[in-house]
Parts: sequence; C-alpha cells; structure tokens
Amino acid sequence: MGNVLALCEFSGSTVRTSALANLAFARAAAAAHGGEVIAVLLGAGAGAAGGAAAKYAPKVVVVDDGKLDHYLAETFAPIVARLAKEHGATVVSATATALGKDLVPRVAALLDAGMASDIAKLDGATKFVRPILAGNAYSTVEVTTPIICVTVRQSEFEPAAELAGAGSVTTAPAGEIDALGAVFDHIDAQKSDRPELTDAKIVVSGGRGMKNGENFKVLEQLADLLGAAMGASRAATDAGMVPADWQVGQTGKIVAPNLYFAVAISGAIQHLAGMKGSKTIVAINKNKDEPIFQVADYGVVMEWEKAIPELVAEIKKLKASR
Amino acid sequence: MKILVPIKRVPDPTQKVKIKDGHIDLTGAPWIVNTFDEYAVETALRLLENGETGARIGGEIVVVSIGPEDAAKEIRTCLAMGADRAIHVVARDEDIDSLIVVKVLQSIVAAEKPDLVVMGKQAVDGDANQVGQMLAGKLGWPQATFAASIQCGTPSAGGHTDKAGFVVGREVDGGVEYKRVPTPAVITVDLRIVGAHAIQNGTTPASFAYSGEGARLPSLKGIMAAKKKPMAAGKLGDYGVDGKTPPSIREVGVTLPPARPAGQLVADIPTLVKKLAEEAKVL
Repeated sequence: MGNVLALCEFSGSTVRTSALANLAFARAAAAAHGGEVIAVLLGAGAGAAGGAAAKYAPKVVVVDDGKLDHYLAETFAPIVARLAKEHGATVVSATATALGKDLVPRVAALLDAGMASDIAKLDGATKFVRPILAGNAYSTVEVTTPIICVTVRQSEFEPAAELAGAGSVTTAPAGEIDALGAVFDHIDAQKSDRPELTDAKIVVSGGRGMKNGENFKVLEQLADLLGAAMGASRAATDAGMVPADWQVGQTGKIVAPNLYFAVAISGAIQHLAGMKGSKTIVAINKNKDEPIFQVADYGVVMEWEKAIPELVAEIKKLKASR
Repeated sequence: MKILVPIKRVPDPTQKVKIKDGHIDLTGAPWIVNTFDEYAVETALRLLENGETGARIGGEIVVVSIGPEDAAKEIRTCLAMGADRAIHVVARDEDIDSLIVVKVLQSIVAAEKPDLVVMGKQAVDGDANQVGQMLAGKLGWPQATFAASIQCGTPSAGGHTDKAGFVVGREVDGGVEYKRVPTPAVITVDLRIVGAHAIQNGTTPASFAYSGEGARLPSLKGIMAAKKKPMAAGKLGDYGVDGKTPPSIREVGVTLPPARPAGQLVADIPTLVKKLAEEAKVL
C-alpha cells in the first residue's frame, strides 16, 4: 500500500503536456501499489496551475513560494523528498524532461531510493521496462527499496485523460530553503512559435548533409506548412548549424511523432535512438546506402535541394484539393 | 584545484547487441571508457592547463573507477590522457548499482577532499543518468548537470569575482541555462563540453580554440608516463560497503526491440505525398 507522488511541471496556469505522461504512469503505478496519485506542483506561482492539475489527479499538493522562483535541484529535491515521506509515497515519479532528469536522482539519494530512469513501461508494482544501449535493447529491472524513484519517457506513455471529477488542491509550506550557494543566472531561450519537439505530431529533421544553417530555412518552410517541430541530428547541432536543443537522439530529445522526416541524415545509432519510435518515418537522402533507409517506412533517394521544394509544392497542392 | 573524475568502462556502443540467457552477452566485447566520462577527463584537463601552451597550471586530477579487474586498462587510458593518479575499486558489475557506487564515491570524496567532481552525464550502456545527481545529493553539494560550458570564477556581489566558483551552461529543454555554483560541487558533462571554446579557465586565452573534435587521444609519451602513475586498488569493503546490502535494482531480463517492418523506396515526391496521405494516412 502506498501512494504515488507525481511531479507535475506547469507553465502559467496550465499543466505542461510532458507532465501528462507522468500522470498516466502514476495512475497505473497507484493502482499497482493500492494507493492514490498525488500530483505535486512546485515553484513560485505554482498555485495558479493547481486547478489544472486537479483535472488529472485526485489530490494535488501545491508548494508556492517566491523563493522558488527558478528551478534549482538543490532547493526542490529536499521538498519533494519531504512530501514523499509525509504522504506515504512508495513511488516518486517525474517525466524525463531536463528538469526531471536533473531532480529525481537527487531526490532518490535523499530517500535512499533505488531508481529506474527513463522507463517505457510499468510491469507489476516494482518492475520497469527501460531502454538501454541507446534503445538497442530493453531491460526489465526490479527495484527493491521501500520507496522507488522513476523518470518516465514521455513518448512511451499516452497523455493522461481528464478525470470525471476534479481532485482536491491543498498547499504545503516550502520549509527552510537552502540553495547551497547555487544560483540561477539566466537562460538563453530558443524562442519559437513551433510546437515543442517532444509534443509535436510531425517533426522535420535535418542532418549534416544540409551543410549550413541557412539551408535549414528550406526545411522550416516544410515544417511550418505542416505545423511541425524542427529537429536535427547531432552532426548538424555540433556543427552549429542549428540550436543544440533541436538535437534528436540518444543524448538529445527522444521523439515519437506520427510522422518524422529525416532529411540528409545518415542514420547513426545515436540518432536512431531518438526517433525509432515514430509511427511513420520518411527518409530523404541522396545516398541510397545510408542506414537511415533501413528504419524508414518511405525512402526517397534524392538531393534535398530538389526534394524539399517539390515536397512543399505537392503538400500545398494536396491541402488545396481538400 | 583538485578534481575527482569518476569513470566507467562500457562495451563499445558501435557493436551489435547480442543476448544470451536473457541478458546482454558481453563475451569477448571490446571495452572503452564511457564517452561522456572521457569528456569529463578532457574537461578536467582543460580546467587545469593553458590550452595554448599545453602547460599544466597546477592542481591534481584523480580518476576513480568501480568495476572489475579488467577495468584497469580503461583507467590507464585516462592516466595516459593526462590524469595524475587513479583509484580502482575492484567490484563485480552485478554487485553494484548507482546507490552503491555513490556510497563508495562519497567515502573517496571524504578522504580526498576534491574541490570539484566532474563526470559524464550518463554511461552509454545503462543510459541511467543518476550517479552525479545522487552523489551531489548525498554530499549536500550543489550540482550542475548536462554541462555544455564551464567558466571559472563567478561574478559575486560588489562587482568582484569569486575565483572559486563556476558558471555552468546547462543543456535544458528550450535553451541553455546558466547556473552559478561554488566549490565544492558536482558537474556532469554533456557532449558539447568539448567544443572549441566551451571551457574558460581564466588562463587559456579566450581566443584559443580547441579542435572541438572530442577528447584528446593519449600521446605515446602519455601512454609511457601512465605506466608509472600511481593506481591504488581497493575493494568495496574498504569504502564502507559491507556487501550485505544487495543492489537496490536488479535486472530481470533483456529483450531486443521488435524490428521495424521493411520500408519501401518510392520513386518521386508526388508518389511519396500520395502514399503518406492515402496509405499511411499521416498527411
């Protein structure tokens, strides 16, 4: 018997899409542990999103303190660990976002909890299936500590649906806050009107063969026509063609859209690890021997310079005909 | 500045994954230093050298690894890159997990008193991404994970620079976050930490560009020197792990992901769009 403490990232008065994957996991875990889902919202202004979170969880705990105005693992981890104990949690979970990946292992250390990272599936109460070796194998692990910490791979869980009735929202104090000398300085944010890479239904990615950042504008036309997010291979981000946070791969974002375009991408293991879960994969590459064609559902052997403008024109035609 | 660099050896990730008796078959597998940890050694070296002249500017780099006897080879590789000495805690892989590794590292930190622990953000075999954060949590130290850049010295109140701290550029969702941490701290590094200008230590001229091609290869001189560098060997028991507490996480079994059904090459773009619209129904 134990509850599931599910960390819930928010933006203004809404719950982030990424958090819905964790809430879906949390429901399954709560059923297996015979307990309840307790969604936790932490940070300055968290109160505004309490109502939104209560649509998905029977209980919501909000810790809203001006001193938590920027996320820091040092200040957040002790609060999460304390709430886990206060609420009888046997599972503490978060989506494997940059924040979740930074925070949850620190919470695990404070709770002496074994941790399963980036899981793809829950198997019973204490077993988890998770990708290893860049997604080339799936390992089932059993965690034997009284409290289990988990991060959840967003692309592997359908977003939680709203509950029939809204849950209750309570507040909890932050307690003593000590950042241990760590200070949030600033963030260089990549502003974009496009959907988040990890949430997008369609992703258009370019690789080394795009040659330079200017050429990505051609791909952006395709992306904007489709309402897609932009992605890139490590070769392209490392070469500085596009921002680092566009990187799809083992060490970048893991995506699983309905439709993934890999343009001028060779298909290194590293990249495949980040997009193999896509429903339909289209590869466009001038070299027919590239490994990307082995995972693609549809391949076109063609230079991108010719293929992409044609593709844009054809899709416009298709849209006009509907 | 004394820097502790925990490293792990991993099976060469370019090799095809084989399964035997429900677990990964590592018989005859070639081993390498985990790429992220290799980058951590590179990071430590760049923090403690003048990149332009190649001269060390003092400090000490201690490499530590917890793993089987054979792992001594990968530890030597790090010494050949330029680390000063090593600690090898000999343990079977099945006897350790993240929490046990962290306990050993905690005990080494207590004895060595480093100013900084630098390590890879994750090992490319288990892909867990836990040990750095757990160690920082256990030590009560600040952490800066997924570092893409490190600048030594942090601006502090009154306009002067606190020489002991770092400004770390962290790869986060939607951009790069700059976080200031004092010493001692734990930093875990991401791939871009080996960029041409990623590390600014105040000695290497800011205009100096590293090759940006990853970690340095050990030179012949480095390989010879590494043979004479001290490597202390110990057992888990020497570091407060009694062996009575089993690992908190156990692998039940491993499976290969289902193969994707074979795709098709299409002749031209109009055909592609037609198929995406009518066959795959994704447009």
